[in-house]
This record gives sequence, C-alpha cells and structure tokens, in this order.
Amino acid sequence: MGYLVSFIGILFASLLLIGWVDNKRKGTVAIIATLMISALSSTIAIKALAGQTFMLLLKGSLVTGTVSLVVDPLSAWFILLINFTAITGIVYGAKYMQAYLNKPSGFTLHWVSYVLAHAGLLAVCAVQNALVFLIVWEVMVISAFFLVIFESHKTKTVRAGINYLIQSHIGIIMLTIAFIWVSSVTGSFNFTAIPEFVSNQKPLYSFLLMLLFFVGFGIKAGFVPFHTWLPHAHPAAPSHVSGVMSGILIKIGIYGILRMVFLIDINYLATGYFILFVSVITGVYGVMLALIQHNLKKLLAYHSIENIGIIGIGIGLGCIGLGTASPVLAWLGFAGALLHTLNHSLFKSLLFYGAGNIHQGTSTMNVERLGGLIKQMPHTAILFLIAALAICGLPPFNGFISEFIVYQGLFHGILTYPFPYMLLLIVALFGLVLIGGLAIFCFTKAFGAVFLGVQRQRPLIGPKESSLQKLIPMYLVVGAILTIGIFPQVFISVLNLPVGQFTGHLGASADAVQPHSIQVLNHLGFYSGALLLIVAAIFLYRSRRQQVSVCSYSATWGCGYVAPTAKMQYTASSFIRNYRKLAEPLLSLQKFKKDVVGVFPVKAGHTIHPQDKVEELLINWPLHKFRVFMFKLSFLQNGRLQFYILYGMAFIMLLVGVPFIIYLIRFFVNFLNTI
Amino acid sequence: MVSFVLIVLISLVFSGIVIRTKSIASGRKGPGIWQPMKDIFKLFKKGAVYSETTSIIFQIAPSIYFASVLMAIMVIPLGNSKGLISFAGDFVFFAYVLAVGKFFNIISALDTGSSFEGMGASREALFSMLAEPAFFILMGSLGLLTGYTSFHEIFMAFHFGSYVSYALGVIATFILIMICMIENSRMPVDDPKTHLELTMIHEVMILDNSGFDLGLIMHAINLKFAMYGALIANMFLGDAPMYLTIPLFLSIQVLFAVVVGILESFSARFRMNHNAQFILVLSSLSLLMFFGVLMVLGKFN
Repeated sequence: MGYLVSFIGILFASLLLIGWVDNKRKGTVAIIATLMISALSSTIAIKALAGQTFMLLLKGSLVTGTVSLVVDPLSAWFILLINFTAITGIVYGAKYMQAYLNKPSGFTLHWVSYVLAHAGLLAVCAVQNALVFLIVWEVMVISAFFLVIFESHKTKTVRAGINYLIQSHIGIIMLTIAFIWVSSVTGSFNFTAIPEFVSNQKPLYSFLLMLLFFVGFGIKAGFVPFHTWLPHAHPAAPSHVSGVMSGILIKIGIYGILRMVFLIDINYLATGYFILFVSVITGVYGVMLALIQHNLKKLLAYHSIENIGIIGIGIGLGCIGLGTASPVLAWLGFAGALLHTLNHSLFKSLLFYGAGNIHQGTSTMNVERLGGLIKQMPHTAILFLIAALAICGLPPFNGFISEFIVYQGLFHGILTYPFPYMLLLIVALFGLVLIGGLAIFCFTKAFGAVFLGVQRQRPLIGPKESSLQKLIPMYLVVGAILTIGIFPQVFISVLNLPVGQFTGHLGASADAVQPHSIQVLNHLGFYSGALLLIVAAIFLYRSRRQQVSVCSYSATWGCGYVAPTAKMQYTASSFIRNYRKLAEPLLSLQKFKKDVVGVFPVKAGHTIHPQDKVEELLINWPLHKFRVFMFKLSFLQNGRLQFYILYGMAFIMLLVGVPFIIYLIRFFVNFLNTI
Repeated sequence: MVSFVLIVLISLVFSGIVIRTKSIASGRKGPGIWQPMKDIFKLFKKGAVYSETTSIIFQIAPSIYFASVLMAIMVIPLGNSKGLISFAGDFVFFAYVLAVGKFFNIISALDTGSSFEGMGASREALFSMLAEPAFFILMGSLGLLTGYTSFHEIFMAFHFGSYVSYALGVIATFILIMICMIENSRMPVDDPKTHLELTMIHEVMILDNSGFDLGLIMHAINLKFAMYGALIANMFLGDAPMYLTIPLFLSIQVLFAVVVGILESFSARFRMNHNAQFILVLSSLSLLMFFGVLMVLGKFN
C-alpha cells in the first residue's frame, strides 16, 4: 500500500510542480519526478525478478470489483526496460527541448504528459483489472498524443497525432469488446476471469478472444497491417519522444500480447502459427519499406515495425513450443522475444536520439541533403554507428544475441518438427535472414548518406556537435548495448523467471534448457569480445606500420576527373536503386518525372516519394469509398434552418409513430384472432 | 586449430593457383604462384594516399574486414578436429561475423564520397544480401539431415549418410562455390580484371584504398577463398584420421582453386542487372536441396 500511495503522491506533486516553475526548469523537475517514479517501481520490479512477486488487492468500487495490482516477473522485466529508456529519454529531452524555448507555450503540457505517459506505462504493467487497465491505457494513449503534437503549429504534426489517436482508439475498442465479452460470461473484470472464460468456453471462442486481443495490442505494437500510424507519428514527434515511443510505448503492445498468451492458455499451436505468420510479414514488410525512405526518422519508424516482427517471431515460436510441449522451443522463443524487446528499446531510442542531434544540427531529416556529418558531429556519428550495427544484429552488440536466440529456436524447430509444420518455420527462417540482409543494406545507406562523404546540399546552418547533456544518456545506452553484447549470460539468467512463467508447467525439463543456452551464450559473448580485440590488434599494428611509411592526403580518385562536386556523389536513392527496381511490384511509389525535351530544354527533374501500399489499400481506399458514399448523403446538410427543424420533427414523428404503428398492427392482429 | 593454420597457409597460394590456371588456359606464360603474395607483402610495406573526404571509418574498416574474416575462419572445423570456435549454431555466428566485415567495407566505400565507389557498395550490399538466404537454408537443410547445428557436428554426421547424401553434397558444393564467387565478387557475377569502373563491384569499392589497407583487403579475399574451399572440403572429409584428412583437404583446395581459374577463363560475366535474378535462383536451388533432404528423411510419407 505504501508503494502505491507514494507513487501517486510523487506523480501528482510533480505534475503540480511542473506547472509552477518557469519553462527552463520544467525539464529538471520532470527529470527528478521520472527518476523518483523509476526508483520506486524498479525496487518492486527487482524484487519480483528475484522471485518475490508483488501483490496488492484494492477494494475498488462497485463497478470495477476488486482491483489487483500484480508485479510478477513478466511485468517486472517490462517495468525495468521502461524505466531505463524513460530516464535516458527525459535527460536527453530536457536538453533537446531547450531549442524550443522561444516557443511561447506547450512546455507544461509536454512535461506533464511525459511524466503521465511514464506512469501510465508502468501502471499498465501492474494493473490486472480490465476496467482500470483500460483507464490507465487511455491515460497512456492520450498523454502520448500530447507528446507527439508538441509542434502543433505544423499541420502535418497534428494530422499525424490525430491519426495516432484514432488508430489507438480502434485498438482500445477491440480491447474493450474483448474484456466485456469475458466479463459478460464470467461476471468479473479481473484478469483471473480470462482463464476461467477459457476453461468454460469452446476453444474456438478462446481463439477469437485471442484474435481480438491481438488486434487491440497489435495496433499499439505496430504489426502489419495495423502499423500505419507509426511512420506518421514518429517523424512528427520531437526526437526524444520518438525514441521513447519506439523504444517503450510500442513495446507495451508486446507486453499485452504476452500477457494474453499467458492468460489464454489454450490453442497454443494455432496462436503460435498465426503470430509467426503475421510477424514474418511484419518484419519483411517493415524493412522493405524502411529501405526506400528519404526521411531519416520515417526510416527508423519502419525499422521499429521490422523489429516488432522479429519479436513476434520469437513469441510465435514460443507459442508453438508450448503447443507441442517442447520446452526447448518455448524457452528459446520467449527468451528471444523478451531479450529482443529490451535490445530494441535500447538501440532504437539511441538511433532516434542520434536523429534528434542531426535534426537540431542541420534542421533537416532528408538524407539526400545530408552527408559528411562525421566530421562535424563525431560523437553522434560513432553512437549512431554502434546503434546501427546493433539493430542489424551484428556482433559484438546486443541485437545479435537476441536474434541468435531466435535463430536457435528456428533451427531447433526445423530439426525436430514433423513435415507440414516445419514449412512455415523455413519460411520464417528465410524471412529472418532476409530481414537481416535488408537491415544491413538499409543502415549502410542511412549511415553512409548522413555521416559519410561530403554534404550534398549547402547547409543552412553549420552543423555542430550536440552538448554533453544530450550525449551522456546516449553513451549510457551504448554501455548497456555493449554489456548485453559481451556478457549476455547475465541477462539470460535474469530472464529465467519471466520465461519460466510461460514454460513453467512444462516441468523440470524447461529448467534444463537454460544452462545449455547460457553456455552457448557464454561462447557468443566471449567470441564477440575476441572480435573486438583482434580488430584492435590489427589496427594498432597498422598504425605502427604507418608511422614508418609515408602517408599523404589527396582528393578522392575520380577516374581521372579532377573537379568533382558534392552532387556527383552516390546518393541514398541511387544506392538503393537496384533494390527498388527489384522490389517495385511490391511497393507503391509516387513518381514525378519531367524529361528533357526540345532544342532548348527547360528545367527537368525526377522525384520519387515512397508510399505505403498497405495503408493505401486498407485505410485510404476504404475511407475514400466511405467518403464518396457519405457525400451522396450530403444533400441533407444544406445549411437551412427550416430543414433542420424538419429533420427534428421527422425524428420525433418516427419516435412516436413507429411504436404507435406497431401497436395498431398488433391491435389489428389481435382483432383478427378474436374473429 | 589445425584447420585455422591450414586455411591460412593455403590462402597464401590460392590466388597464385587461380592465376596460374588462368594463364595456362589462355596460353600465356604468366606469373608464378607466389606472385600475388609478393604483391601483398609489397603493399604492406608501402605508404598510403588517403582521400581528403575520408574519416576514421575509412581508416579502420580494412582492419575490421580482415579481423572478421579471421574470426569466421576460426569457426571452420577440419574433419574430426574442431575449429577454434565451435558451439551449437556457430554457423549463424559465422555468417554474422562476415556481415560485420561487409558492413564496414560498404561504409568505407561510401566514406570516400566518390560516385564510383558508392555504385560498387550498392551492388555489393544488394548481392550479398540476396545470397544470404541461400547459405542459411543450405545450412538449415544440412542441419535437418544430420540433426545438429554446428559446423563440426554437421560435417561429422554428414559423412555417414547414404549415397544420396553425397548427391546432396554435390548440390551443396555447387551452392557454396557460387556463394563464394558472389561473396568474393568473382566471375559470373563480377569480373575483377575488367578495365571499366562502371562494370565492377568489388574492385571499384576499393579504388581509394592503398598501402597496408589495400594489402589487408587483398589478403582477406585470399582468406575468404580458402575459407569457402575448406567448407567444401569438409563435406567430403568426414571422420577420417588426420594423416588422410590433411592431404585430402589440401588437394580439394587446389582443385577448388583450379575450378575457379577455369570458371574465370571460360565464362563471361552476367549483365549487372541480371545478377540479382541469378542469385535468387541460388536461393531456390537451396530450397530444392531442402526438399531433397525432406525426401531422404522420408518426411513426405
């Protein structure tokens, strides 16, 4: 109880205080509030990960019934990763927001929303009562909406924000329907009612319930085809918000799906194959679209979708493992998914912070205009490079560890499963490899175009390296990335309890999996470290050799051409041109081309804007049709008062008339009967 | 350990044998088999010219590329002796470590800000990305056939299969040779001896490298050749005693080098925009291998 009271106390005190102090100090207050909330929730979470599950039963009200707050190991894992990114996000953000100090308003709302979103995320992890869950979920959604629309003077930003708000609420409708369904059958809003529902109803109904939850949480997580809000919202938000959204907000969708997988303990095989199928499509689609983006933050947003796909592959494998009572597969699947959730929250937030530095240094996000920033912003460049390597899943960084676990799961499945079932696994393997390859392609493009070569367009302002307060949280994240990459066994042993929640009932054999994988990961960490050492050795030897020999500097070799300009460099678009040609049937590109014609040609040009085919087909097209249909009814809205009064009258007539007519008919029928 | 030493040793003469084969095939006198290595040592001693646009990435990338290839070689076993690194799923590590080198190779080409080198980088990125699934499905089907997920165990168990497994071995060899040619940017995909930068992949990426760095990159290619040769050799070595394994290994490597030389002498390079299709065909070939394995295991019944 004491925890809850102090949690709410700190929350409201800080919310009030943020309103009181002046714009410059609001960030500092928010940092302190976030730190205190994090410290409080982390102590509970660390205890839970050590085996002491935190439970609190509140009386609640007549409507909600008893409200239980539970922090079990699964919640605790998510609470810890939320806290880490929330802290780095706010320390970075406090400095980032100082660039907007000339903007008159919006600071109070921004920082209040940040603290509220953080608190909401934590509450979602702990609340186990459907109604209260929906309330805290809503708090989180709305405060995230305010975070996104900080630059509300831009139409694009507000549009993206409203797009996010509507889609999130479609998700909430799905969740509400699902929870109401459960409570109408069992009469309780508590999460414990869900297993009750499952054991009393047909398996098909449980599967439908799972689907409802999957769609509801999937919209938050960004599974294709529910991802369309993501590439709009991320570029519109300030960078630290994009980092936090991509790092932890979409992960709460993953938490929801995992929680429901845990509660709806039936149909695991069907659920597993379904999630696996959707995830492979999500992953491949996400990275395919990421490659063709020009806007750096949009590119990163599509990569979030890709990584949700990888996490989903892990969850799918875990479910298949549960469905076939294979402890190894279940363990590897869930461990891979949970670890990748943490990993992605680290490197993705780092990438967005890096993008924020670039945005504030150059005031553009278009990769075609950037270039050569490694000279002006060396720290940002190296940090971005490390994050890029990590997201590509390359050793010695953390992304490799979690992808390796998922690979192990896939190979285990392929090796041990009967024929028809393994086919989807080989498709998933193909997908995962393709995702890896395309991610490397994409990040060589992004890093190369932004940081290497020379700037392609004359900069508006001279780019400068960001200040220390922005770099320190970034280095903190890099520390975490490297620690997981080189000492993965530590984190795997922490994962024992959260994963055990799923695999526990498979018996003692589930525990036998862990030592084996820890051994393998020991190898991985060790050899990843060795790779670093070998590189260092070769580089040192090379440097010593170069001191003896003569080294000089000259222009880049242009095959004999001596006056190259920055425009002659290979651009990001031309870098991916071969790929674009190859993948064109699957993509949707808007091209504008003006050829060189005539004897005295005027200015020619060629632009390509990448579009999202799924969005066009699933959102824009139906909406367009709906609007065309509604337009036909627009004669009703003619703006004349007399007509509106007529509508009112007609409505009242209907209201009174219909029951009256029914009464008459009934009377007549009775009359006939009596004859 | 044995495999590491042997691969490093054979890498010293590998290009030499390829060049020798090519010169015999074209009726030239040609250089001796030690010539490529002499060139590389000469490069190690030379100074370097760096482009003014380049940064630290350009300086460190060749070292990382070389280190990644060395690391990958450590994973490879030799007959019944394990590689220096061996654990369940080590071929995933193998592929990803090589990818680290590739990543740096690509960004170091972009670092020069040249129009040519970006083009090479783009092609390298695309082609190696397309070749990756073929390798993984190949290893997946070998794993399925033998029931293991590390190079050493797969190759040890592979040997004891039926005659059909040797047939599969031939398909696997073909896929590996082709992957090797793609990864090293050799003949059917790229022609290292072409005279026009627009038609190159690998050579155009390293236009600006010189001195020690160029030597590292050149020798990394030799090592990569020997590495894939060792993978192919392992398919046929099995659990033989060491005094048989080593000569067999060396002769397979020499044979592989001669095959590469002959391939380069008598085949023409594909059109650049058809390369992608060719590489995708490789993936479907590895799927064919996968279904072959399923058939051998009787999973269809």
